[in-house]
Amino acid sequence: MSKRLSIVAALAAALAPAAQAAYPERPITLIVPFAAGGPTDVVARIVGDNMSRTLGQQVVVENVTGAGGTTGTTRGAQANPDGCTITMGHMGTHGAAPAVYPNLKYDPLKDFVPIGLAAGTPILIVAKKNFPAKDLKEFVTYVKANSEKLNEAHAGVGSVSHTTCSLLNSILGIKPTRVPYQGTGPALNDLVGGQVDYMCDQIVNLTPQIQAGSIKAYGIATEKRSPALPDVPTTKEGGLAEFQVSAWNALFAPKGTPNEIVTKLNGALVKALDDEHTRKRLLDLGAEIADKEGRSPEALRKLVTSEIARWNKVLKTQTASAK
Amino acid sequence: MTDLLGNLALGFSTALSLQNLGLAFIGCLVGTLIGVLPGIGPIATITMLLPITFSFDPIGALIMLAGIYYGAQYGGSTTAILVNIPGEVTAIVTTLDGHQMAKQGRAGVALGIAAIGSFFAGCVATVVIAALAAPLVKLALLFGPAEYFSLMVLGLAFAVVLARGSVPKALSMILLGLLLSTIGTDIETGAERLTFGLNALTSGIDFAVLAMGVIGFAEVLKNLEAPEQRDLTKAPIGRLLPGMEDLKRAAAPIVRGTLLGTALGILPGNGAVLGPFASYALEKKLAKDPRRFGRGAIEGVAGPESANNAGAQSSFIPLLTLGIPPNAVMALMVGAMTIHGIVPGPLVMTKNAKLFWGMIASMWVGNLMLLIINLPLVGIWVKFLNVPYRLMYPAILVFSCIGIYSVNNSPSDVMLTAVFALVGYALLKLGFETAPLLLGYVLGRLMEENLRRALLIARGHFTTFVERPVSAGLLGAALIVLVAAILPAVRQRRAEVFTE
Repeated sequence: MSKRLSIVAALAAALAPAAQAAYPERPITLIVPFAAGGPTDVVARIVGDNMSRTLGQQVVVENVTGAGGTTGTTRGAQANPDGCTITMGHMGTHGAAPAVYPNLKYDPLKDFVPIGLAAGTPILIVAKKNFPAKDLKEFVTYVKANSEKLNEAHAGVGSVSHTTCSLLNSILGIKPTRVPYQGTGPALNDLVGGQVDYMCDQIVNLTPQIQAGSIKAYGIATEKRSPALPDVPTTKEGGLAEFQVSAWNALFAPKGTPNEIVTKLNGALVKALDDEHTRKRLLDLGAEIADKEGRSPEALRKLVTSEIARWNKVLKTQTASAK
Repeated sequence: MTDLLGNLALGFSTALSLQNLGLAFIGCLVGTLIGVLPGIGPIATITMLLPITFSFDPIGALIMLAGIYYGAQYGGSTTAILVNIPGEVTAIVTTLDGHQMAKQGRAGVALGIAAIGSFFAGCVATVVIAALAAPLVKLALLFGPAEYFSLMVLGLAFAVVLARGSVPKALSMILLGLLLSTIGTDIETGAERLTFGLNALTSGIDFAVLAMGVIGFAEVLKNLEAPEQRDLTKAPIGRLLPGMEDLKRAAAPIVRGTLLGTALGILPGNGAVLGPFASYALEKKLAKDPRRFGRGAIEGVAGPESANNAGAQSSFIPLLTLGIPPNAVMALMVGAMTIHGIVPGPLVMTKNAKLFWGMIASMWVGNLMLLIINLPLVGIWVKFLNVPYRLMYPAILVFSCIGIYSVNNSPSDVMLTAVFALVGYALLKLGFETAPLLLGYVLGRLMEENLRRALLIARGHFTTFVERPVSAGLLGAALIVLVAAILPAVRQRRAEVFTE
């Protein structure tokens, strides 16, 4: 009896790793809570493409849009925790959302297991091309003096451009008129046309306009200048060191996903971020790739915790002052 | 001028390479086939097929995607004509007379004239883009929120003209459409409006859901009422392609539709949606006997279809010259370009001249392909009308549900469509037309957002709409259209009440 039991135990022990090694046995759905073609989607597709090769299963991007990304993220939170449905969360869905949406149907920390940080896209301060300031210092002086007259464009409450510019406005202590648009494209269009004065947005969307001189860039909110726009100084160089922000994108699994699966997914992600071809494609976009320490699940958990606290503070005071 | 010719030569040498010709053909074919499935419009089609293009070089990939776009757009019109289901905003107008023509056994003529009109519009729009893209887009940038608001008001005035029957009923439908468009998350405050806490409503009602419900599914319900009334099969199929008489009637509407569509498509704020509506309203006004409209007038298909295709093409202008996508489909194209390592922007024209001119040349090639693909297909599509209802309707419903699901990958959208099917059926029974409702819905959101934006920028002064000359001009035009539409209606109210 005991011998038979031990055989069963041995068999079970032998089978268990085999069962795990079989993961993933079906294609992995990667929920991107934003429209196809947007910055988060592009990062997801580039990284997912390489992860497919490592995992031996196709990583299929599914765009579930709506409500600032929270519709898709809710779907991701409610998915089966078998590693076959994961979510590309970002600064908004896993950082700012709790402060923006009082009825949020998920908790970025409790309902998700972090897999790892993929890449972020730096934020820039840009203005219409005839804005009367030649550098960031002059920009700051000007907006502080003329706050009431200014129109700031953003892509809707809870969007990256809205939250990051809320941060900028709160640092500068200004209250411009905030003009909402349905997405970054239309907002940028009116900035190029000079209908609005300034906005904050991700580098991917802005680079061509800056290079063509149809808008002015005053600063990039990162530690180092971007190779995509070497002439644009950092906010630190321009004397606005407090304005440090990046639209990060990271992979999350639903809560309850086994550790082995998370480790395997993290491994595939890390490998993708080290791959020459993948790196080049991301860097060409102007994205910042997460460094070695930043890629672990623990680092991502820390980031999400600190981001929720930060945005809660910024957005609560901004909306309070708006009322 | 020599510059233009040189550029076009570069473009055609790129687009006419064997590989790119093949890709354009495949794109148009696949786009047409998928676009014909009810509910699956260009956006869903491109999203689905985007990954296949990853392995091609960027120019080839973009040529194929552009082909899918035109193909899907055209395929959507086919469904609108054959089974009265508009897959895209722009196909609503096509259902009005196109489906009536199909009911009279003239489906082939309707499909044929749509293909011919689209081809003509495509040719003109290609030339316009090549010659005038850069200066035109500078003009378009003068359009701010106030101008867009006034443009949308003009659009609503068209909605009144669109109506076949009573003006009060049409107005109430427009209002209902406007109300429906307010559902969802407010972009200024993030507050949820009229969502009743339902997740499915937080981002508003998708156009496909509303259109398929109130027009497509309601039509199926209505036809089930009287199963023996098999007008589609009883009516002779008639000639497959338009004859001389048809072409003569359609020629002027095609030219006018093309001009209207091209002009509106250039506007970066998705002005292209107005093209078909404006064209229909214009043709109805110019017609000697406006009562023919809504009962299978070929002008009502030729004009809007040309406007639709011209707009679809000229909406590439803001994308190619500014790098700013005017609508969701163009945003997808931007995504496709970025994935291929080309960031679209004002510099693409000079830095990537081969790609820029190659795409423009491929637009013309794509339109030719569509004509070549679709004229022979007309015969096949028309045969579908002979399929018995007991097979056709379940198939339509199943494919529609798949289509709706694929728009947002959301099961609740399918449920919502079922709800709107009942609403649409009730409206039909009560003698309300649904086209004004859909137009109100489409314009409502754009109108509200631009109204609020304009007022924010003007710090609350309503005078901004009349102080800005372009905006004032558009409002004036809206007033004229309205008066012209309502006066005769008031006069002959009793004589002109029609029921289906």
